[in-house]
Amino acid sequence: MAMNTQGRPTSAGEASTKSHKTFTGNYGLQIEEPLSFEIGRPETTGVDLPAPKKMTSRLGKLARAGEIGIPGLSEPETMRHFVRLSQKNYGIDTGLFSLGSCTMKHNPRLNEKMARLPGFGDVHPMQPQSTVQGALELIDTLAHYLKELTGMKAVAMSPKAGAHGELCGMMAIKAALEAKGEGHRRTVLVPDSAHGTNPATAALIGFEVKAVPAQADGTVHVADVKALLGPDVAAIMLTNPNTCGIFEKQIVEIAKAIHAAGAYFYCDGANYNAIVGKARPGDLGVDAMHINLHKTFSTPHGGGGPGSGPVVLSERLAAFVPYPFVHVGNGFELVENEGRKTKAEKPFGRLTAFHGQMGMYVRALAYMLSHGADGMKQASEDAVLNANYIRAGLKDLMSLPFGDQPCMHEALFDDAWLKDTGVTTLDFAKAMIDEGYHPMTMYFPLVVHGAMLIEPTESESKASLDLFIATLRDLARAAKRGEVERFRGAPYHAPRRRLDETRAARNPVLRWTKPQPLAEAAE
Amino acid sequence: MRYLPLTANDRTDMLAAIGVKNIDELFANVPKSKLMRGLPDLPLTKGEIEVERNMGAMAAKNRPASAGPFFVGAGAYKHHVPASVDHLIQRSEFLTSYTPYQPEIAQGTLQYLFEFQTQVALLTGMEVANASMYDGSTAAGEAVLMAHRVTRRKKAVLSGNLHPHYADVIETISRMASDTVVRLDANPVAATADLKAVAAQIDAETSCVVIQTPDVFGNLHDLTALALACEKAGALLIAVVTEVVSLGAVTSPGAMGADIVVAEGQSIGVGLNFGGPYVGLFAAKQKYVRQMPGRLCGETVDAEGKRGFVLTLSTREQHIRRDKATSNICTNSGLMCLAFTIHMTLLGEKGLRQLAAINHANACDLADRLGAVKRVEVLNASFFNEFTIRVPGDSAKIIEKMARKGVLGGVPASRLLPKNKAVKDLILVANTEVNTDDDRAAFVAALEASI
Repeated sequence: MAMNTQGRPTSAGEASTKSHKTFTGNYGLQIEEPLSFEIGRPETTGVDLPAPKKMTSRLGKLARAGEIGIPGLSEPETMRHFVRLSQKNYGIDTGLFSLGSCTMKHNPRLNEKMARLPGFGDVHPMQPQSTVQGALELIDTLAHYLKELTGMKAVAMSPKAGAHGELCGMMAIKAALEAKGEGHRRTVLVPDSAHGTNPATAALIGFEVKAVPAQADGTVHVADVKALLGPDVAAIMLTNPNTCGIFEKQIVEIAKAIHAAGAYFYCDGANYNAIVGKARPGDLGVDAMHINLHKTFSTPHGGGGPGSGPVVLSERLAAFVPYPFVHVGNGFELVENEGRKTKAEKPFGRLTAFHGQMGMYVRALAYMLSHGADGMKQASEDAVLNANYIRAGLKDLMSLPFGDQPCMHEALFDDAWLKDTGVTTLDFAKAMIDEGYHPMTMYFPLVVHGAMLIEPTESESKASLDLFIATLRDLARAAKRGEVERFRGAPYHAPRRRLDETRAARNPVLRWTKPQPLAEAAE
Repeated sequence: MRYLPLTANDRTDMLAAIGVKNIDELFANVPKSKLMRGLPDLPLTKGEIEVERNMGAMAAKNRPASAGPFFVGAGAYKHHVPASVDHLIQRSEFLTSYTPYQPEIAQGTLQYLFEFQTQVALLTGMEVANASMYDGSTAAGEAVLMAHRVTRRKKAVLSGNLHPHYADVIETISRMASDTVVRLDANPVAATADLKAVAAQIDAETSCVVIQTPDVFGNLHDLTALALACEKAGALLIAVVTEVVSLGAVTSPGAMGADIVVAEGQSIGVGLNFGGPYVGLFAAKQKYVRQMPGRLCGETVDAEGKRGFVLTLSTREQHIRRDKATSNICTNSGLMCLAFTIHMTLLGEKGLRQLAAINHANACDLADRLGAVKRVEVLNASFFNEFTIRVPGDSAKIIEKMARKGVLGGVPASRLLPKNKAVKDLILVANTEVNTDDDRAAFVAALEASI
C-alpha cells in the first residue's frame, strides 16, 4: 500500500470498505443524533433572560407545581442537534424530488426575504387596521392575481391548506344550496382516482360520497356523470388535470351537465401548476377551486406545511366567501364579522382565527411578481414539457396504464412492467433513494396498480432530467435482469435502512418517556 | 426567467425527443376554444430589485410590532424568537422537504416531530400529542368533532369566554355537519360565573365542553370541578390555551383533568406573521389516540435494528380511509413545529419557566400602573400576561387615538364581539418579555391622553 510521509494510505479504496464499522456508529458526514431528551439537561437553557421583577403573583392557586420534564440545550448544542437532523433529510435543494401531485418546485429565497420584512412578518393580526394598510393591500393584490389567472369572480383567502380549501369550497356549495332551499341535496360525486382529502372533506360536512368511474383513457366521461346525476346530487369534486396526469378533455361538457342538474362543480386545484396561463378554470365551468400556494406558487412545503389554500369562486358562489375578507374603498378594510358586510354578502361563517396564511401570501406574491404573466405561462409549459420528456424517455421500459398519450405536468406508470421480476413499486422507489433521488408518489392514484407518479416540475434542467431518465432506465433493466437484491434490500445508503412501519403501528410509541431506573424496572 | 433552467434550444430538442412539433400539442386535451392564446392580464416578469422595491413599499405601510410600545394579544403574542431558530428553519433540508412519506430520507423531520410530540404532551400534561394542526382555532374545531366520535353524541357547549374566533370556527363546522352548539355569552367581569354557566349546560346529550384558560379576557380557571362534572355526565372536557407560554407558569390542563387539550403554539418560535402561519397543538389521553385527527410520528427500527421514526396509525387518515377518516387534514404546520421544537429546546424547562415568570411580572407591573389611572379599571382577579381593562368611552376609538401616539395598546373587545354592547368599553391588554418599563410608562401616558 502506498503511504505518504505521515504514514497515511494515499490512494482511495485501500483504507476501508463499506462494511467497516465505526466506533461511534457515525459514517463521516452522517452523524447519529440522540433525542434532545437524551442529551438535554433540566438546568440548562440556551436563552439568556433577565430576572423577572419582584411582583405579587396574580396566578391565584394555579401556579404550576412539579417539574415539566423538558430539558434544555445550550445554543451551540442546539445548532448541532438540528443541523445533524437536517442532514438526514432530502429536500428540493438536494436533488430531483419526483413526488407526483406535490409539485416540488424550486422555493426562491427572495420569497423568504420578503416574508421576513418587519412590515409583513412582525405585524399582529389584531392591531388597528389603520396600521396594516400595506398588509391588506398585499392580500388584495394576491386575490387579484388569483382571480385574473383563474378567470373567477371571487376568492376566499383564509383556508390554511389544500384540504382546508376543499372544506371552504364545499361549505360555500352547501350554503348556496341551503340559500336556494335545496339543502336536501346530499350526494357528492367523486372519482376513485381523487385525493383522499376529497371524500374525507365531503363526508366531514355530512355529504354522501358516490364514486364516478373513469374510462380506459384515464378520464371521466360526461355520459358516466350524467348517469349519476339526479335531484339528490349537490356537487362533483373533480381534479383537473386529474391524478393520472391527464387533462379532463370532457370537462366543459361535464360542467354543463352538472349545472343543468342544479349541482355545483368543485375542482381540486392540486394540479393547477400544469395550466397556469394556459387555461382558466372559470372558462371551463368550475364553481370552486382551491389553489395550493405551497405547490403551484412555490411557498415551501417545510416538511409537511404550512400550506395555504385560497379558494376561487364563480359568480354562483361568490357571495358566500367566509370571514374575513377585504373591502376596497377609501383604503383597505378587513371585514371580520357581520358588523360591516354589505347586503350582497352572505358569508357562511369562519374557517380559522385571524386572516389566513399571510406568510404564504407574501411568498406566493413574490413568486408571481418575479415570474410575471409570461414567466408563469412558461413555467407551466416547462413543467408539462419536462414530464413528457420523462414519459418519452421511459415508456419503452416501463408501462403506461392509459396508453401512449401526452401527459400534463406528471407522468404516471403502473407496475405491469415489473410482473414476475420479484420487484415491487415500493422496492423500486427505495432503490431510487440509493441513487440519490426522492422517489415518485407510490401506489397513488388508487385506480392504477402499483402506481408510480412522477412530477419533475419546471425547476429541472435538461441535464438533470437526462441523468434521472438514465438512472431509472438502469434500474428498470436491473429489475428485469433479476437483480432483486438491489431493490428488496434498498435503501442501502440512506441514513436508515428500510424502516419497520408495521411494528410502529402495532405497538405505537408516540413520545419519549424517561427510562425507568433499573431497580424499578425489575419490579 | 431566473427560476427556469430550460433554454430555448433545450425546449426545441425536448419537443423533438417527445415527437411533437410544438408545446400546444401536449395540451391537446384542452378544448381548443379554452386554450389561452395570449397572456393573462398581469405585469410581466421582474428582477429581484424590482420585486423588492414593489413589496418593500407595501411592507413600509405597516407598523411592525417592534417599532414601538406594543401590547396587542388576544390569541397571538409578540415574543422574542432567538436568532438561531430562524436560521435553522431555513436549512434547505428542512425548508424544502415534503411530508415524510419516505422515512429513510426524512429522519430529520421525523425525529423533530417525535420531539415536538413529546414536548407538547409534557407541556399540556397529556399522554399523547399529534404532529400539529393548522392553528389553535382549527385544532379546537377538530377537537369537538373528535369528542363527537368518542362519545357518539353531537352537542358541544362553548364557554362564553372562549376566543370568539375559535367559537366561530367551531360553530361553522358544527352547523355544516348538523351538530349542536350551545354558545354562552361572554362574561368579562365575573369569570367564575362563566364556569358555572358552562357546568349548568351539561346534560346527557353533551359530547364536550370547550373552555379556555387563560380565557379571552385573561382570567385563569381551575378546571378540576368542571372536569369531574364532565366525567360524571360522560362528556369530554376540551381545554383551549391560546397563550402557550402560560404553561410555563400555570397548572397544565392535563393536571386538572382535561380529556383533550388544544393550543395555539405561535408564542414559541413562530412570529406574528399577521395571523399565519401558526401551529396548532393537539394533545389527548392515550385511550383516545385512534380517534385523533392529523399525523402521528412513532418510533420503530430499521432493517439493521437501528432506532428510527415513521408516520404511523395512518389508518385514521384521509389517504387511507377516505370518507371514513377522522379528519380531512393532510398538510399541517411542519415547519412551524420545527420552529416551536427548536425554541423549546433552547429554552428548556428552566428557560420556559423564567420566560413565563417575566411575562407574568411585566403584566402585573402594567396592571398596577393602569389600576392607578383615574377612570380606568382592571377587571381580572387572576391573569397570566394579559388582562382586561375598562375605560371611559368607546375602547376602539381610544385604541386608534393611542395608535396615533405611537402606542399599540391592545385589542378593543368590541372588535371580537361587535354585537355585545357590554364590552364596548373594554380593552384586552397583553404584556410580554419584550415590553420595557419605558413601554409601560408610554402606555399609561398615551392612555391618559386618549380618554
